[in-house]
Amino acid sequence: MGWLTKTLTSSIGKKVLMALTGLFLCTFLVVHLIGNLQLFKSDGGYAFNTYAVFMTTFPVIKVVSYVNYALILFHAFWGIYITYKNRQARPVGYAVNKNSSSIFSRSMAILGLILLVYLVVHMSDFWYRYHYEHLPYVKYTENLTTGDITTTAMDEGYTQVVKKFEISDVAAGTKTIIVKDLYKVVGYAFQNILLVLFYVLAMFAVSFHLIHGFQSAFQTLGLNHPKYSPLIKNLGIWIFAILIPIGYAAMPLYFYFLK
Amino acid sequence: MNITLKVWRQKNQNAKGALETYKVSDVSPDMSFLEMFDVLNERLVTEDIEPIAFDHDCREGICGTCSMYINGRPHGPLEGVTTCQLHMRSFKDGDTIVVEPWRASAFPVIKDLVVDRTAFDRIIASGGFVSVNTGNAQDANNLPIGKDQADKAFAAAACIGCGACVAACKNASAMLFVSAKVSQLALLPQGEPEREKRALNMVAQMDAEGFGACTNTGACAAECPKEISLDNIARLNREFLSASVANPEV
Ligand code: HEM
Ligand code: SF4
Ligand code: FES
Repeated sequence: MGWLTKTLTSSIGKKVLMALTGLFLCTFLVVHLIGNLQLFKSDGGYAFNTYAVFMTTFPVIKVVSYVNYALILFHAFWGIYITYKNRQARPVGYAVNKNSSSIFSRSMAILGLILLVYLVVHMSDFWYRYHYEHLPYVKYTENLTTGDITTTAMDEGYTQVVKKFEISDVAAGTKTIIVKDLYKVVGYAFQNILLVLFYVLAMFAVSFHLIHGFQSAFQTLGLNHPKYSPLIKNLGIWIFAILIPIGYAAMPLYFYFLK
Repeated sequence: MNITLKVWRQKNQNAKGALETYKVSDVSPDMSFLEMFDVLNERLVTEDIEPIAFDHDCREGICGTCSMYINGRPHGPLEGVTTCQLHMRSFKDGDTIVVEPWRASAFPVIKDLVVDRTAFDRIIASGGFVSVNTGNAQDANNLPIGKDQADKAFAAAACIGCGACVAACKNASAMLFVSAKVSQLALLPQGEPEREKRALNMVAQMDAEGFGACTNTGACAAECPKEISLDNIARLNREFLSASVANPEV
């Protein structure tokens, strides 16, 4: 295994670990965005809240989410460490420096630090509250013949042991589901203009980080080719640095302005 | 032309340096940048001031010794040109020009604008060669090499080892230099027998010299006087990673 440690701690190996974890986080961004698009459904949060139960109980997803947390932390600290080592390679700077590289490529660590702060705020806003604080519950009654769903908020003090209480009443033709109302918590949080602004600004950081980061990861892995590299560059810019951050930023803006 | 120069002066490796200002008058636009330094140095000698030490040799853009960081760019404002091939007509009358040495912990300043670039020599010695038995060269046509492949190898071989890539990189990374040297041999059959070892040893030496890790900013290729392409860095990454996995040494 000596060779593996030697490879991964070489300057190229260190960057390979950044690239692999970075690309993993990019796939996470896609999945997380698609799941959260359910916030835009006008169904009293039914789809979103039951999705939240699925995401926090299904064993495979649970494992993947803990791997994800670990890799975010690894990516962040490894990135800071590489940046620190790289600074040591130039102890004395220039009096005049024109910097013929893009501002994004030079700001990866500071953008990453902004993202880390954002992730801490984001996790304590929703993840921590969902898992460890008392949340309001909501009852969805589905009419099994028409498919109509009626939403009823549960009393303030209501709580239950299971994450999702589900019962079907065949005689009445209804299905009743009681779950934590994370949708309401999200909607409430995004009434705060400062939080909305912070979330939107953080998405600029995502965008700027990935303008450079996405294509850089492929270069680090040695994956360049005259035919496919332009495609990778465009994918990074249009999907990862523009479409995805806009999708995320739309959520706080939607709740603040339209709800 | 009248030029104001701000030049880094440093007595020796351990001394603290500083930018000193010199006025140079009656500069001909047809002078090369180094000739302008020659004129200034001749004057400094008559004024009993120690002349400015700077590296130069061929003065025709092929040896790579003329290292000067001019107005924030290695080799000055032109693309694909070394300092010795830069002429005063690229500047305006009355300009102030700031000239600094390469800055990297692996390239310590020896004196004024002269830095110690033997780190590059040690990297080359670690694998940037092919071992061949002496004797008559074989007929070139015995080794058919596709034109595309030959062109790529030739473009990589254009690297003159000047170190501008290190100087321009925010991480003082030597990846463009090392990738050019690994590529020129990896692309040709002569380089094949030592291919894996070469990539592993040259990267190990590069790291040992204290150059930074590449973050793909592209400043190196933008400033390289021989316009070495970033494709070589991707190739070096491939060469290094596949050699790491495939090489039988544990
Ligand atoms: C949504 C979260 C994130 C994603 C999707 C992401 C993605 C990426 C990608 C794809 C790369 C390129 C790897 C390469 O150049 O080979 C990268 C590099 C980097 N990331 Fe992240 N990252 C995220 C969060 C963070 C955080 C929280 C930090 C630090 C606190 C961070 C710091 C860095 C640094 C320092 C680099 C290296 C920069 C460079 O090579 O120029 N990232 N990231
Ligand atoms: S790659 Fe370019 S900048 Fe770097 S040493 Fe070679 S010629 Fe100079
Ligand atoms: S002096 Fe030889 S390249 Fe400039």
